[in-house]
Amino acid sequence: MVETKTNMLQTELCGITLDNPVMAASGTFGYGREFAELYDINCLGSFSFKGTTLEPRFGNPTPRIAECEAGLINSIGLQNPGVEKVIEEELPHLATIFDKKVMANIGGFSVEEYAQVAQRLDLCDQIGWIEVNISCPNVRHGGIAFGTDPDAAASVIRAVKDAVRKPVIAKLSPNVTDITKMAIACENAGADGISLVNTLLGMRIDLKTKKPVIANKMGGFSGSAIFPAALRMVYQVYDAVKIPVVGIGGIATAEQVIEMMLAGACAVQIGAANLVDPYVCRNVIRDLPEVMRKYGIAELKDIIGGAHNG
Amino acid sequence: MREIEFTILENKPITDDICKMVLECSAGEHGITAPGQFINIKIDGLFLRRPISICDWTETTVTVIYKVVGKGTELLKTYEPGRQLNALSALGNGFAPARAGKRPLLIGGGVGVPPLYGLCRNLIEAGARPTVILGFNTEREVFYKEEFEKLGAEVLVATADGSMGQKGFVTDALRNIKEPATFFYTCGPEPMLKALDKALAEGLEGEMSFEERMGCGFGACMGCSCETRYGAKRICKDGPVLERSEILW
Repeated sequence: MVETKTNMLQTELCGITLDNPVMAASGTFGYGREFAELYDINCLGSFSFKGTTLEPRFGNPTPRIAECEAGLINSIGLQNPGVEKVIEEELPHLATIFDKKVMANIGGFSVEEYAQVAQRLDLCDQIGWIEVNISCPNVRHGGIAFGTDPDAAASVIRAVKDAVRKPVIAKLSPNVTDITKMAIACENAGADGISLVNTLLGMRIDLKTKKPVIANKMGGFSGSAIFPAALRMVYQVYDAVKIPVVGIGGIATAEQVIEMMLAGACAVQIGAANLVDPYVCRNVIRDLPEVMRKYGIAELKDIIGGAHNG
Repeated sequence: MREIEFTILENKPITDDICKMVLECSAGEHGITAPGQFINIKIDGLFLRRPISICDWTETTVTVIYKVVGKGTELLKTYEPGRQLNALSALGNGFAPARAGKRPLLIGGGVGVPPLYGLCRNLIEAGARPTVILGFNTEREVFYKEEFEKLGAEVLVATADGSMGQKGFVTDALRNIKEPATFFYTCGPEPMLKALDKALAEGLEGEMSFEERMGCGFGACMGCSCETRYGAKRICKDGPVLERSEILW
């Protein structure tokens, strides 16, 4: 375990206390198994598990990964074992390695499907929040189709809210002109929180073959390169809505966690960095108290939105 | 899996574009449990690590052999002995030497040759008599032939242009094997693996090591998934070695 005075790192997300604001982002942490082999994942505030759909999915053809300057493009295509197997196999295993509430990330291809998956997972005690992925760039007729139209996003959130009791967090795509419109639409539809950003739509072309590197041609770009863009959007959304905001995008250090919280995030998710430094979440949590001292921060929860005037 | 700060002991070319690198760690730190596992190397300035198969190891060293194919390996080639190298070690399942029987057949193509070396050493130490087929484009690209011979293996070489050994592919060299194999292990480009699956006796069991573009290398991102007879598998975590019988071509 990472030793920290929990009160100085403590924060809250939709009424659930987090020992610290650091969560691992969906799609970079599986259902926790691989990381639990390396360290005690109970040091995390929480994590958002792999995007889960009603039916099992193999996902997209390979290659699914392309490297970029300061990041990577992925086009996994929501590979997951399906909600029933997650409930029967992954959650019981997770209970043996993680004592805290986990965030359930869900995907879907219709409003009804989102609601069905949410309803199944809402019955699981281990789950604290339902994070609705309306922003996956890697599947057609789903994901991002709901994430770029405020009315479509609202219809998904409304359906999920009607199906569950747990807090619902809308995970937004950055691939829109005005992200505050999406956030407001989700808030009005009943969302209890907003998490942002998912990946930016990106592409690489192989000079040897002169063809796209990714089999699906395009994919989601994430990693340290997107941090400033993500931070800007978190800042804008914090101003636009009253519900809590989870900051995601290119975070890999304790300093960036603090920056995200100053922009308005009450918690953060670390994504791509987990893939190249599997200990990054643990290390960021370890580093936070020292960085807080350096910048004269007594308690993290006091700085949320601190960069906004008035 | 574990994260290790290795020290580079040696890093030098052994052919025009193949380099051999020997890494040092404290005793047993590398955690390697089977030949055919790989390490995932952090290269300064690049976001993703670079997965490289393990050629051989001792208590305190790990030897990798890599082909210079792009930005990452071009940078790696410039790393001098004495430098620290961060890597995630002992990734993947590796080969199962216990299944070899008395006369295992090892078939490597190009940069697929290195992981078979540590396997061959293990097999010989366990009392097996392996036959090794090494395939290359041309004599100039041949490497590790003598090293396999020094272990005591019978080595057959195939070159596409006939400049050394059997002219043609590793499948052509299969004809020159004297005794029937009890099991086979192979690593190389996918077309070679596919051709071998067609050419090898139908009842012969074996293991094939695959390559895929990876994200994390330890099973978290699902970037390198493939479909098998037993469902989806991750090349990095459930592989890179798959059973002949489970592969869907």
